[in-house]
Amino acid sequence: MKTELPSILGVGIRRIGYELKSYIRTPDAVFFNFFFPLMMLVIFTAAFSNLEIDVPGAGRVLTSADVYLPAMLAMGVLVSGTQNLGIDMAIEKHDGTLRRLSGSPISPVSYFIGKFGQVFVSATLQAVAIVLTARFVFGAYLPETIELWLTFAWVFYLGLLASSILGIAISALPRSAKSANAVILPPILILQFISGIYLSFTTLPEWLQNFASVFPVKWIGQGFRAVFYPDQFKSVELGGDWFLDQVAIAIAIWVALGVVFTLLTFRWVKKS
Amino acid sequence: MSAIEVMGLTKRYKDFQAVDDVSFSISRGETFVLLGPNGAGKTTTIEILEGFRTRTSGEVKVLGQDPQKASRAFRARIGIVQQSAGDLGRLSVRDTITHFASLYPNPRKVEEVIEAVGLHGKASEPIKKLSGGQQHRVDVALGLIGNPEVLFLDEPTTGFDPEVRRAFWEVIRGLQQEGMTIMLTTHYLDEAEELGHRGGVIVDGRLVALGKIAEIGGRESRKPEVSWVEAGVQRIERTDDPTLFIGELSKRIGSAPENLQVKVPNLEQVYLQLITDHRNGVKIED
Repeated sequence: MKTELPSILGVGIRRIGYELKSYIRTPDAVFFNFFFPLMMLVIFTAAFSNLEIDVPGAGRVLTSADVYLPAMLAMGVLVSGTQNLGIDMAIEKHDGTLRRLSGSPISPVSYFIGKFGQVFVSATLQAVAIVLTARFVFGAYLPETIELWLTFAWVFYLGLLASSILGIAISALPRSAKSANAVILPPILILQFISGIYLSFTTLPEWLQNFASVFPVKWIGQGFRAVFYPDQFKSVELGGDWFLDQVAIAIAIWVALGVVFTLLTFRWVKKS
Repeated sequence: MSAIEVMGLTKRYKDFQAVDDVSFSISRGETFVLLGPNGAGKTTTIEILEGFRTRTSGEVKVLGQDPQKASRAFRARIGIVQQSAGDLGRLSVRDTITHFASLYPNPRKVEEVIEAVGLHGKASEPIKKLSGGQQHRVDVALGLIGNPEVLFLDEPTTGFDPEVRRAFWEVIRGLQQEGMTIMLTTHYLDEAEELGHRGGVIVDGRLVALGKIAEIGGRESRKPEVSWVEAGVQRIERTDDPTLFIGELSKRIGSAPENLQVKVPNLEQVYLQLITDHRNGVKIED
């Protein structure tokens, strides 16, 4: 009789398919995680359609789509990672999913490959949809150099990793499956307001900017602005530059803290 | 060889003794039923064997291993039928079972398992759309899919229609014929009689009886009971040999005794007596 367990990576990859299938069949997740940032892009762009910012020396005028594109991409990273995993895993802790899995020979590593895989696939598709809509429906400007797109890629995926890990961490907060939405959504909404997604970050009071800088979302948004805004805009940022090195460090610290926290706290089931 | 060995198992919470010095063993291929009222310690015991709970003291071996240190390889050899908790639902019966099959080294065939639990007509339906009884059959299917050597079922038919329970018993009988070792808890005595080879009765954390289902409680508690009406008075007498007793009785009365009945205490009566005796502090021998 075969006794060799299926490989951790192989099971993990099958988990990605299983998680994606579950995700697209969950209307709440598809609407509030997948389509929400796209919808907000459409609403903001339409609402401020008269907006035109002339940037001396940039050689182009910023429209509302240009202004909101990086913010909505950052929102996508936050909702696809933190919000999606925070709610999803809180529910799985309380509805018996983790208990059922813990009774099977699956490795927690496979489980997490499935979770991260689902986030990475859905967030990538979401970002593509946002960028294409901004470009082809609203005529937003897209960067033309490989270098800027590479910056986008590392900010996006590093940010997504931090955002996902933050989601795993906050999934510990809700005390029941029913309260998952109510507990997870408000902090995420507040984080969006103070991190420059709905409101322009530079118009916030300085103490609030400093507070928001503790969290990764502000840095992700800043990284995206560096990609999509004319370089002249950096003078408006806190400190007058994009500080991409700080963006990388801040997000990486979140990833590291999150990994340690998850390794220390994650249990399939609390044994009593 | 024993599939499961439990020696002096004790589980203490702060001010509550959930399981108190329980010992039993289960042979390979045997179906063992743990009976007891609600809150008696059945679930705590089975969850310790499943590796979901830690124990305070005692020795526990499932397939020769300590379930508290359950490895993935150990998990592949046992099956746990979980209580449906609403965690499944969006994917179809077949997709879900197929996925779980992929977690095991040596799974059963998905279609055969679907057939065995009687869900072949519903295989493409999302689990959410099934009735409660049908959803529970998915739980059974997921407990079986890894082709376990030992299967654990904790109150598997609570809340079932009589019809669904009978169908479920048929599934279990099929597994018994294959030689699977099964441990189940229940508070239904008919279920214990239908399915169990051996069993134990647990009351307030203590095992008060252990043995073959047909012999639980010992000979004394199973003594047939003869009742009749004599001179307008209801009489009851317990005897090892009712035939001889009735013969003598008829001779004494001079005619056939009025309202004559012979009853052999069934499991339910024995069980209820065991619980009463235990709570009244009567010392019971196995």
